[in-house]
Amino acid sequence: MAIFYILLLFMIIGAIIAVETRDLLSSVICVGAVGFGGSLMFLFLRAPDIAITQIVVEVLGLIILIRATIARDRTFITGDREFFGMVVSVVIIFVIFLAGMKVFETLPSFGSPIFAEVPDAASLTYIKEGLRETGAANLVASVILDYRAYDTLGEATVLFTAIIGATVILRKKSKKLLEEPDV
Amino acid sequence: MAEKEKNPNGAKGMTVIVKTISSWVKVLIFLFGIYIIITGHLTPGGGFAGGVILASSYVLLMLAFGREFVEENLSLPVASRLDCVGALLFAAVALFGLFFGAASFFYNYLHQDYLAEKETALRLISAGTIPLSNIAIGLKVGASLFLVVLVLSIFRPEPSGSKEERD
Repeated sequence: MAIFYILLLFMIIGAIIAVETRDLLSSVICVGAVGFGGSLMFLFLRAPDIAITQIVVEVLGLIILIRATIARDRTFITGDREFFGMVVSVVIIFVIFLAGMKVFETLPSFGSPIFAEVPDAASLTYIKEGLRETGAANLVASVILDYRAYDTLGEATVLFTAIIGATVILRKKSKKLLEEPDV
Repeated sequence: MAEKEKNPNGAKGMTVIVKTISSWVKVLIFLFGIYIIITGHLTPGGGFAGGVILASSYVLLMLAFGREFVEENLSLPVASRLDCVGALLFAAVALFGLFFGAASFFYNYLHQDYLAEKETALRLISAGTIPLSNIAIGLKVGASLFLVVLVLSIFRPEPSGSKEERD
């Protein structure tokens, strides 16, 4: 259990440095460190699917961040931070933290699943009947693609819509570049 | 020509060492992404992680060789069509369940009707429609993320603040 507190401290320190520093290279590296700590935490919490996805998405996000900021010769953040916005965000984070503490007290502890307390929980059916009904050895894949495939459809739709939105907004210049007379 | 070749991290790609290594490594990354997608129902991974790995192999090429080199291979219209094909394939896999069992959307028809008698666990061809959904999602996510990085690198803001297109 001590490893979780060490990783949490690492991620908090990385996040604070990423927000507070003025050098953009250090900030981007600390964002990468926070993502890496999150991936390690998922690995120690016995969730390898999420750990793989987290590390590759974080690396891709880092590449996009670096291309957007540092490759354009912007290496320092200029200007001050406004006081009212900082106060509002700190207050909101504090309220969400208090609400989260109250919610986390009602969850079962790590290692004892929910069907130890609620005897007819759905997770018991997934573990008992998962291999026989779906044939997948990876129970996570059987949940996200068979039992709860509708949620995966929703997630794929959200990703599709976001990519369409980004491509449409940046479309005018791209289209002009594609129709240039070197064809 | 010599000044453009010596330009590190510039618009025309990186140094010779980076180009050589990345042209060897890109095949391994692509193959690893395909492996993670195909064995998504046996080992951890699945469509989403494998699709991001596929996209990152093309992003590696884009960083090492420049955007034009990759655009000749996989241009913007082809990538967006691959994205749409992946999404439509996922919806088609779901809708075909209505023809078979007539039970519900996303019915795992291949496993329930055909293969449920035989003992096919831990094999590559098992679990019905789950590998097909994984392949569709992997194709879609990979094409989407490659499209985002490609469009963002065509259209980049200038450091002075005014938005221009860079080549």
